[in-house]
Amino acid sequence: METLLEILEGLHPEIDFETHDSLIDDKILDSFDIVTIIAEVNDQYGVAIPAHEITPENFNSASALYELIQRLMDED
Amino acid sequence: MLFTSYGFILFLCIVIGLYYTIPKRFQWKLLLVASFVFYYFSGWSNLIYISVTIVSTYLIGVKLGNLDKQQKSYIKEHKESLTLEEKKAYKEKIKVRRWRWLLLCLFFNLGILAAIKYTNFAIANINHIFTLFKMNELSFVNLLLPMGISFYTFQTMGYIIDVYRGKYEPERNIGKLALFVSFFPQLIQGPISRFDDLSKSLYEEHHFDAKNFAFGFQRVLWGYFKKLVIADRIVTAVLEITKNPETYDGIFVLVGMVYYAIQLYADFTGGIDITIGIAQMLGIKVTENFNRPFFSKSITEYWRRWHITMGTWFRDYIFYPLSVCKPMLNISKSSRKRFGEEIGKRIPVYLSTITVWFTTGLWHGASWNFIVWGLLNGFVILVSQEFEPLYAKFHERFNVADTFGFRLFQVMRTFLLMSSLRILDCYRDVGVSFRMFGSMFTKLNINELFNGSLLKLGLDMSDYIVIIIGVIVMISVSLSQRSGSVREKIAGKPVIIRYAVFVLLFFSIIIFGAYGIGFDSNQFIYNQF
Repeated sequence: METLLEILEGLHPEIDFETHDSLIDDKILDSFDIVTIIAEVNDQYGVAIPAHEITPENFNSASALYELIQRLMDED
Repeated sequence: MLFTSYGFILFLCIVIGLYYTIPKRFQWKLLLVASFVFYYFSGWSNLIYISVTIVSTYLIGVKLGNLDKQQKSYIKEHKESLTLEEKKAYKEKIKVRRWRWLLLCLFFNLGILAAIKYTNFAIANINHIFTLFKMNELSFVNLLLPMGISFYTFQTMGYIIDVYRGKYEPERNIGKLALFVSFFPQLIQGPISRFDDLSKSLYEEHHFDAKNFAFGFQRVLWGYFKKLVIADRIVTAVLEITKNPETYDGIFVLVGMVYYAIQLYADFTGGIDITIGIAQMLGIKVTENFNRPFFSKSITEYWRRWHITMGTWFRDYIFYPLSVCKPMLNISKSSRKRFGEEIGKRIPVYLSTITVWFTTGLWHGASWNFIVWGLLNGFVILVSQEFEPLYAKFHERFNVADTFGFRLFQVMRTFLLMSSLRILDCYRDVGVSFRMFGSMFTKLNINELFNGSLLKLGLDMSDYIVIIIGVIVMISVSLSQRSGSVREKIAGKPVIIRYAVFVLLFFSIIIFGAYGIGFDSNQFIYNQF
């Protein structure tokens, strides 16, 4: 989780990613951020997040995103 | 059949009358027949193209669904006997087969679109090259572009990709799928609906709901007001300016682009109001396509609020898949190593953005004008993205971000920027478009606005008064929408005011609508896509 928080904070240092749970709904993360996050997650965790998993539910909070990463790692 | 024709009004009255009198279980079937009748009137051969798309998408959708079921039942049946590796190998085999069926569907249907829409554009470009080498030129082919083909093809391809992704089950009733693809109010100019958003409301039974019907009717009237009173009136001046670039340069280019912005907004949002309003009269909910786009403070925001369903289509089916596909992730990884973190992480975004805007331009039309227009949009978005930290520092330093004046400046800047890019929509080729853009700076003579020239563009003083009042009404409605539905607000007023508003709107269309002698009933701009 710490690695993921570092990735997110690198993009938006002003946001508290541990508590924020509407990153997409509040338009904090845009499509450019999402693509950058996916590339970095792929680098750090070795997981490729497929396009159809890019949904507000999966990207609205750091914890939801972390759950997605865990799920994809388990599927592998 | 145009929305603005008397034939369409008659057709609509018959469909709505039947819709609420026949047994409810036949409602969706009536809509299917009505949609095909509607499309028949735009050319019988168009029915062949749309039917081929429906049948091919239906068959491949069912195939994808069956393969998915086959995989699940096989793994369930052999749960005990299969090793993890065997399960993985079986899943991979099915995945490859499903992927091939998807590709077949995409290539086939996008191939039809490409063949009809882009063959002559390709021939024209090949001929340019042939001319350089003094070779014989190829002949152009005579293919009529079916109305709305870009819309229904994209809507159908969205459906098949979603089925492939397992977002929902394929529709196993071909009639129902055919209705989703051909639903007449949205067939020729969108919105580009998603199956999971539209299908339920499209197929379920609808009882007559007076409020819903009245709200739908009001929205239809509002759409006709924008189209007939404003767009079809101001188009005369837009054409006069843009078809005669030798006469009208300098300040007239700016005037033409402001007029075109008004025309395009009134035309396209008016058409969508009619679409959504008709659907609402039938009890069906169609996705919104606009969210007061001319109040956007940046071009990125503008594209989130203008033609929303097209933007989200490109985002979900091209931008994201391209940005996160394995080759792109590999490019990202290697470019980070080679060029460093900052540049490396931008490369996938840049490549995907350029591709999306190239295809967005191409989707709008088979000409270099649209391609350059698309690429320039992408360029401006990327540049804005790069300057974002600089803007943030500027805002912080001068504390201007939240002032009304600054927000107004941002809105005006975005409006003028988008209007400048639209020069490419209007002039005959890219060279003339750039020359006209340049003339705004080199031949700017503001006095020309006050010497009576504006009254020689095909609009007289009474036309200007109607347009100005129309634009003021549009802006007022948009401002009012910020605090909720305008129709709900009007519904809360005393009955006399309610009726006065809609009688006024109705008679404005009858009296001030630009039709009859001297005006041609114009096709909607987006019908051509």
